[in-house]
Amino acid sequence: MSMEQKIRKYILENYLFTNDESALKSDDSFLEKGIVDSTGILEVIFFLEEEFGIKVSEDEMIPENLDSVSNIVGFVGKKLSVSA
Amino acid sequence: MCGIAGVLNLGSGDGFPAVGAVGRMLDRLRHRGPDGPCTYADAELALGHARLSIIDLAGGRQPIRNEDGSLWVVCNGEIFNYLELRADLEARGHTFYTHSDTEVIPHLYEEHGDDFVQHLNGQFAIALWDVHRRRLVLVRDRVGIAPLFYAQDGGRLYFASEIKGLLAGLGRSATLDLTALDDILTFWAPLGARTTAEGVSQVRPGERIVISRGEIARELYWTWDYARDGEHDDASDEALAEELRALLIDSVRIRLRADVPVGAYLSGGLDSSALAGLISGYTDARLRTFSLGFEDAALDERPYQEAMARRLGGAHSEVVCAPKDIGTGFPDTIWFTESPILRSAPVPMRLLSGLVAENGHRVVLTGEGADEVFGGYDIFKEGKIRQFWSRRRDSRWRALLLRRLYPYLELSQRQGLSYLQNFFGVGLDDPDAPGFAHLPRWTTTARCKEFLAADVKDALRSTAADRLAGELPSAMAGWAPFNRWQYLEAKILMPGYLLSSQGDRMLMANSVEGRYPYLDHRVIELANRLPPKLKMRVLNEKYILKRAVGRDIPSQIERRHKQPYRAPDIPSFMGPDAPEYVTDMLSEQAIRRAGYFDAARVGWLLKKIRSGRAIGYKDNMALLAILSTQVWHHLFAEGGSQRAFRQPSHGGVSITTENRNVHGTENTQIHP
Repeated sequence: MSMEQKIRKYILENYLFTNDESALKSDDSFLEKGIVDSTGILEVIFFLEEEFGIKVSEDEMIPENLDSVSNIVGFVGKKLSVSA
Repeated sequence: MCGIAGVLNLGSGDGFPAVGAVGRMLDRLRHRGPDGPCTYADAELALGHARLSIIDLAGGRQPIRNEDGSLWVVCNGEIFNYLELRADLEARGHTFYTHSDTEVIPHLYEEHGDDFVQHLNGQFAIALWDVHRRRLVLVRDRVGIAPLFYAQDGGRLYFASEIKGLLAGLGRSATLDLTALDDILTFWAPLGARTTAEGVSQVRPGERIVISRGEIARELYWTWDYARDGEHDDASDEALAEELRALLIDSVRIRLRADVPVGAYLSGGLDSSALAGLISGYTDARLRTFSLGFEDAALDERPYQEAMARRLGGAHSEVVCAPKDIGTGFPDTIWFTESPILRSAPVPMRLLSGLVAENGHRVVLTGEGADEVFGGYDIFKEGKIRQFWSRRRDSRWRALLLRRLYPYLELSQRQGLSYLQNFFGVGLDDPDAPGFAHLPRWTTTARCKEFLAADVKDALRSTAADRLAGELPSAMAGWAPFNRWQYLEAKILMPGYLLSSQGDRMLMANSVEGRYPYLDHRVIELANRLPPKLKMRVLNEKYILKRAVGRDIPSQIERRHKQPYRAPDIPSFMGPDAPEYVTDMLSEQAIRRAGYFDAARVGWLLKKIRSGRAIGYKDNMALLAILSTQVWHHLFAEGGSQRAFRQPSHGGVSITTENRNVHGTENTQIHP
C-alpha cells in the first residue's frame, strides 16, 4: 500500500467512519469539511509519527501540512526525504 | 422533593375515577417519595402524591385542601417562604390544618387566583384542582428545578413527575421523539416543551397551564429577562455587591428550613464553597458536607474540598469514583435521566446522592446555577474573545488567549493554534447572532449526527437552528450580547440537562432533595439588571459574586482557575474492565434493531476507540450519545429490564472524615 493509500484509508475509517473511497477527495480540506477538528488533528499526528517514524513539532501543526490527504502526503514525503 | 401524578377527564369520562392509573404512576415514582402514597379522586380528576417527608413529618400528607375542600393541591418541591406567606394568610382569616409548606398554595389561590404562583419563592411542580370551577392548574418553578410531564390520551390528560411514571399511567412504552434526539445532538437538551418520548410534553420552567372544560391554555408567568443594553443598574460595585450578599444570605437562610438535617455538596469550587461559608457564618450549626472525588487525578478536586471542609469543621464524607463505577452505573443512570446524554457526568452525581442517603440525610444545598446567573462559564469568555476577533480580524495573537482558557485540558496545550482558531472561528461573520458564543459547542456536538441512520435524517422535518429561532423572545434583540448568551444557557442547558439529568433525577434516584440558593428568583432578578462587566471583568468570571462572598472562602479557592465538572468517558466503557452490556448494546444487530444509527459507521467508531486511537472530544461524545440512546431504547421503547445490566459490584468507595471541633462527630441539624 502506498503512503497516500495508507493515509486515505486512515482518514476514511477514523474520521468519515466508512471505507467508501468516493467520500474523500485528496484535496478536500479537513477543516472546511468538518472532517478533523482541533483534537482530532492530534490523533492524526500520533498516527503519522507511529506509522512513518517521523516527529511532528508544534510549529509544524499547521493546515498547510495537515489539512488534506495531499497536504499530508507532501509534508510526510518532505520529512522522510530530509531524514533519509 | 416528592413525586406527583394525576389524571384529568377531558371528555367522555369512561373509567373514572382513574385511581388505578394514578396508583400505577405513583408506584413507578416510589424513589421520589418513599414515605407512602396518598390520593384524591372525584368524577373528573384523580390526584396522587408520593411523599418524601421534609417539612411537617407527621401531618404533611398530600393532597392538601383548603378549608371547605373545594381546592385540592399536590406539590412536588418546597415553598421556602411559606412561614411568611402563612402568617400573612392567617392574618387575612385563612385557617390551616397542617404545618406543611404546601398548605399555603390553596389559600394563596383563593386570594390571588392563578397568580398565586407569583408569591411563591421555591422549587416546585404543582397541580391544583378547583372543584367548583372544574379547572386544573399545573405550574412549574421559574427555572426548572422540579419536573412535570404531561400527555393526552383517550380523552384524558395524564401528568406525572417523571416520564416513566406517565408511561405507567398510559400503559405503554415510549417512542423516541426524533426531533428531540436532533435537539439533544445539538443543544444537549430538547427545546421548549418537547421531551424524549413522542407525545409527552413537559411543563416548561416558569410555565402555568390551565385546563378547564377541555380547553388547555399555556402561559409563561416568569422568564429570564435582562435590562436593555445600556440600561443596566449603575449603582457602585460595592453597593451592588452588598445588596447581592444580603440577598444570598436570605436565600440560604430560607433554604435551611426543614424538619430534617440539611447538608451541602462541596465541589471544591467557588460556588459551593461560598454557600458553605455563608451557612457557617450565619447559623450556629456545623455544616454536614458531601463531596465527589475521582481516581483520575486530572479530574479530582479533593484537596480543595477537604480544605473547605476543615475550615467548616463539620463531618465531611466523600465518595471516590473510578471509571469502572461509571461503566457499571450507566444503564441505571439512563433509567433516571430518561434521556440520551453526551457525557457520563450524571453517573457520579448519582453516587454522590447515594452517599448522602447512606448517611441518613435527605436534603443538600448545591452551588448549581451560579455560573448561569453570574456568567461563570468558559463559553462566555470564548464569546468575548471571539467577538474581539470578529472586530479585529488581523489581531491573530488574541488566539493565544484561548489556550489560557483551558489550562486544565492537557490536550489543548498541544493543539496547533490554527486549529483552535478554526474551531473558535465559526460564525465570526455574524457576531450579533444570539447563539454567537454557543456556535462552536453546537457545531461540535452536531457532528454526532454523522452517525444517524439515513432514514432518521430524512424523517426530520425542521433544522435545529430553525427550531431554536422559534424559541427566542423578541426582547432578546435589545439585550447585551453577554446577556443573550446567559439567556441561552439558562433556558436550554441548565433546565434541560444540568438541573434534570445531572440534578433532580440523580438526586431523586436516591430520595435526596437538592436546594439551589443561587437560583432564588430574587437573586436572578438582581443579577439580570447588573451590567455584564460586573459579571465578567475582562476575563475574570463571576466578579460580582467574588466581591460579595470572597471573604467567606479560603483565598486559594477564590483565586483558582475555574474547573468544569468532568467525569471519565471512554475509559469507563472500553478497556479491560468494560461491562458486558456495552458490547451487546452496540452490536451491529442491536444498532440495526433500534434503527437510530448507521451500524457500519458505529462499527468504525468502535474499531477506532478499541484501538486506542480516539482521544478527541468528538468521538467521546459520539460514543456516549450512541450508547445512551441504545440503553434508553432498551429501557423505554422495548420495556427492557434494568436487571439485564446488573453486575455484582457496588459503585464507589465512600469515606467519612470527622472534622472534630467540640462535638465533631454528630450530624448537624439546622433549624430555620
